[in-house]
Amino acid sequence: MIEIRNLVKNYGDVKAVHDISFEVQNGEILGFLGPNGAGKTTTLKVITGYLSPTSGNVFVDDMNVIEDSMEIRKMIGYLPEMNPLYHDMEVYDFLEFVAHAREIDKSRFRSRLNEVIELCGLKGIVHKNINELSKGYCQRVGLAQAIIHDPKILILDEPTSGLDPNQIVEIRGLIKNLGKAKTVIISSHILQEIQVTADRMIIINKGEIVANGTIDELMVDFKGKTRLKLELKNADAESLKKVQSFNDGILLSEFSEKDGIMTAVLEYPNSLDPRQDIFMHAVKHKWVILEMSRHKTSLEDVFRNLTIEGGTTNAK
Amino acid sequence: MRNNFKIIYRKEVQSFFNSPVAYITLVVFLLINAWFFTSTFFLINESDLRMLFTVAPIVFIFFIPAITMGMIAKEKNSGTLEFITTLPFSDAEIVIAKFLAALTLVATALLFTTVHFITLLIVGNNIDVGALISGYLGLLLVGAAYTAIGTFGSSVTDNQITAFIISFLIIFILFILDKILMFVPGFLSSLLQYLSIDYHLSNISRGVIDSRNLVYLGSIILFFLLMSIRVVEMRKWR
Repeated sequence: MIEIRNLVKNYGDVKAVHDISFEVQNGEILGFLGPNGAGKTTTLKVITGYLSPTSGNVFVDDMNVIEDSMEIRKMIGYLPEMNPLYHDMEVYDFLEFVAHAREIDKSRFRSRLNEVIELCGLKGIVHKNINELSKGYCQRVGLAQAIIHDPKILILDEPTSGLDPNQIVEIRGLIKNLGKAKTVIISSHILQEIQVTADRMIIINKGEIVANGTIDELMVDFKGKTRLKLELKNADAESLKKVQSFNDGILLSEFSEKDGIMTAVLEYPNSLDPRQDIFMHAVKHKWVILEMSRHKTSLEDVFRNLTIEGGTTNAK
Repeated sequence: MRNNFKIIYRKEVQSFFNSPVAYITLVVFLLINAWFFTSTFFLINESDLRMLFTVAPIVFIFFIPAITMGMIAKEKNSGTLEFITTLPFSDAEIVIAKFLAALTLVATALLFTTVHFITLLIVGNNIDVGALISGYLGLLLVGAAYTAIGTFGSSVTDNQITAFIISFLIIFILFILDKILMFVPGFLSSLLQYLSIDYHLSNISRGVIDSRNLVYLGSIILFFLLMSIRVVEMRKWR
């Protein structure tokens, strides 16, 4: 289990991560989502021991990332952002180096190498120089080095960035496959990526966690609302509010009036549907409905809402 | 623990000899030394390698920073430093293994210059073999000191050219110190002399191995290696 407790990381005056806490259970695939510069990479770098926390701590299986860094590193397979590789090395030599570093003994190396080649689709490129490889293959080599020692924990920082759509699908499949038996933290600024691979997601913005839950939970929490846009002629706001009072959950979020035409946006939980009431009310008061359109919030909107300037205030 | 050194060291040596830079600098180093050796050897009729022992440390001033400049700077620049430091290696293991790998290249260069040594053994007479061996030891120690400085230069930046210039400057200043003694006040001169690399080297290459010289060179190596390790560790707290 990975536990992040009150983690703070500053770069000089810049607060990269500001007091975040969360846990990752064994066997869970956690999506770590946020716009660029939100603090995802910094958090991952602290977990892997590349950076030390300014304050707070990270525990992996009750071991402390500052004192037991070496033990923790042995349990982790890490694919850093931008996938840095030694481009002057052959794929084989590179993987052999990592295998040595990971204390895989000679007798096991052969069989493990074959497994990894099979798993990551490296057949035919093992004896090529890394600088001759396409970006997709480089990414596979990066994944291969991260899993060669069959780690309990896999940390992947933007594993599909810079790949073409086909490669992205492949790599996602690979991650999903690997994640069956491991604890995985995968970071991304792309929502769909997390949606298809992760069990649970944490959305982080400006160094703070703005949402944490399974995808369904987040949809209930944030998407749970429908927006209804209305354009009415001859109507007045006071009277419209009487419609609302039929149901408690309705909110008049925007309102304007121009040339006798009233524009209003209502927000209400998905469970409600006041359209019929509004229509009846309009008929009763001889209003003309020029427009009535419904817009369901998607996870995309949730993400945008949470991570756009000032959006944090909308979150819980 | 020692196994980790070996793993990193092997990879580093491999990558040195995989890159053309090693061969180019090696050839240039050997050509310059050979030139100085042969151009005076038969003229003066001396049975020693004084020329080699004078010229090699000067060539080292350029040669060694060229070898070491990429050591850490390149890893910083390409991001692989993050990869290697998150493997279960300590920062000290990484820095020291890299230092030893670079020193291996320096030693290889020195090994090739034994051609001159052997030539001397064949054609010369009255050869003070002890002094020659001591001279080589001196060169190796100075090479190690420069390599430690080069390691430090490479650790403070992610730009190889900057690393080269920093290492070159530090080495050059340490080298020049005992040559500017006439310009400094008397009370400083003995201190500056003691700090100068060339002063200690000239003792050793004359065949006098004094513990003072060894302590000096050892301290330089240790100091700059510790500094390099500190600098690599500092990324955690920046």
